[in-house]
Amino acid sequence: MIDYRGLVVILVGAVFVNNYVLQRFLGICPFLGVSKQLSSATGMSLAVIFVMMLSTAVTWPIQTYLLERFGIGYLQTIVFILVIAALVQLVEIALKKYVPALYRALGIYLPLITTNCAVLGVTISNIDAGYGFLQSIINALGSGLGFFLAMVLFSGVRSRMEEADPPEAFAGLPLTLTAAAIVSLAFFGFTGVIENLFG
Amino acid sequence: MNPILISVICVTGIGVLCAVILVIASKVMSVKTDERLPEIREILPGANCGACGFAGCDGYAAALIEGNVRTNLCTPGGDATALRLSEKLGLAYEDVVEKVAFVRCGGDSRAALDMVEYQGIETCAAAALLHGGQKLCPSACLGFGDCARACPYGAIRVEDGLARVIPARCTGCGLCVSACPKGIIATMPDEVRVAVACSSHQKGAAVRRACAAGCIACRRCEKECPEGAIRMENELAVIDYDKCTGCGRCVEVCPTRCIHAGDFRGASKRRSRA
Repeated sequence: MIDYRGLVVILVGAVFVNNYVLQRFLGICPFLGVSKQLSSATGMSLAVIFVMMLSTAVTWPIQTYLLERFGIGYLQTIVFILVIAALVQLVEIALKKYVPALYRALGIYLPLITTNCAVLGVTISNIDAGYGFLQSIINALGSGLGFFLAMVLFSGVRSRMEEADPPEAFAGLPLTLTAAAIVSLAFFGFTGVIENLFG
Repeated sequence: MNPILISVICVTGIGVLCAVILVIASKVMSVKTDERLPEIREILPGANCGACGFAGCDGYAAALIEGNVRTNLCTPGGDATALRLSEKLGLAYEDVVEKVAFVRCGGDSRAALDMVEYQGIETCAAAALLHGGQKLCPSACLGFGDCARACPYGAIRVEDGLARVIPARCTGCGLCVSACPKGIIATMPDEVRVAVACSSHQKGAAVRRACAAGCIACRRCEKECPEGAIRMENELAVIDYDKCTGCGRCVEVCPTRCIHAGDFRGASKRRSRA
């Protein structure tokens, strides 16, 4: 019997409450680097969703059936990085051959997120939270969607900021970081939503 | 068993497994890139202007290798590029239809009246933001020379508040076409002998009020053309260059002299002939 209610809680929680970028501050590099234009922000986010789900689907069995069985769970980080990197390379080769259109659309973002901390963060937090396989996949999907949401929101904010004329000391990264902090603050409003909605 | 041994074996095993899978995958699913691609890319001018209809020179080079694409689509490269492409690919050589830019406006500062006195930034782009420019005619050349600045070949000169293309220097790259905020510059085949120097779609009376050199859609040229090559489209004479023989009858009958005659052959044609 599948616990649909639990899955919905995990999904909503991953998108809003535990948003990887704005609440846990993982994956900040692409969040600041690729959010200048909406098109590149969506491209990056789609790649992140894809890779998060794929790497969760591979690392969860490795953790459960290999590392825990031999009692070497402490190797989690290094093994996960190894597997995720190889996996992304494999996906890239396969896409180039069979789906060149998608390969061109994802373009440079696919190799960029190979070693993204948000991807590693999702796989490890799945294990830490004690999720089952299905729950882990849903959590990965939600985290990816949350990343997507944050990127799209922030690219909107940044396109407005392009037109602003700030003092010279604030121009560029300082203003971007300040704006990111304000957007993050808005997301803190979701804290406690889960308890009140589903609790 | 020794815990160090187990962990080393585990990580090494996973690493080797991943490596083997990647090597096999890259062999099995390798995508062949044609070795002719960089050579063809080298022949093309590299302006990425898009005149060929593909996304830049790389796109055209890829399309050429796939076949079913003619070798004479690169206008900036002209005949010389087409010849080299044909030799490289072993295809029949075809003459490039060279293009030349033409400003479809004859309203210099005497002919076209001003609506207001413009004192802002002296670029067409800035002037066009303010009610479409200072001229009474909505399709008039504003004469601040955005096109002349965009032209890498110095082929456009502004005289009497009107941009004019010097065909002998024009390669037909089309940069001026996109630089003009009024959209009144067009590229046309350089074999043509006559061209309509007006873009106004207003009624004849309104054109008359705004400009002495505009097309008032009187249909004289349409009736007089022996080949039936001229039609009125939206109050503006349009010449069908497939039918036009360049006899010049329309130039003679036009009451506002907005049909210009001349030798429009551009720089690429003259270069390859020389």
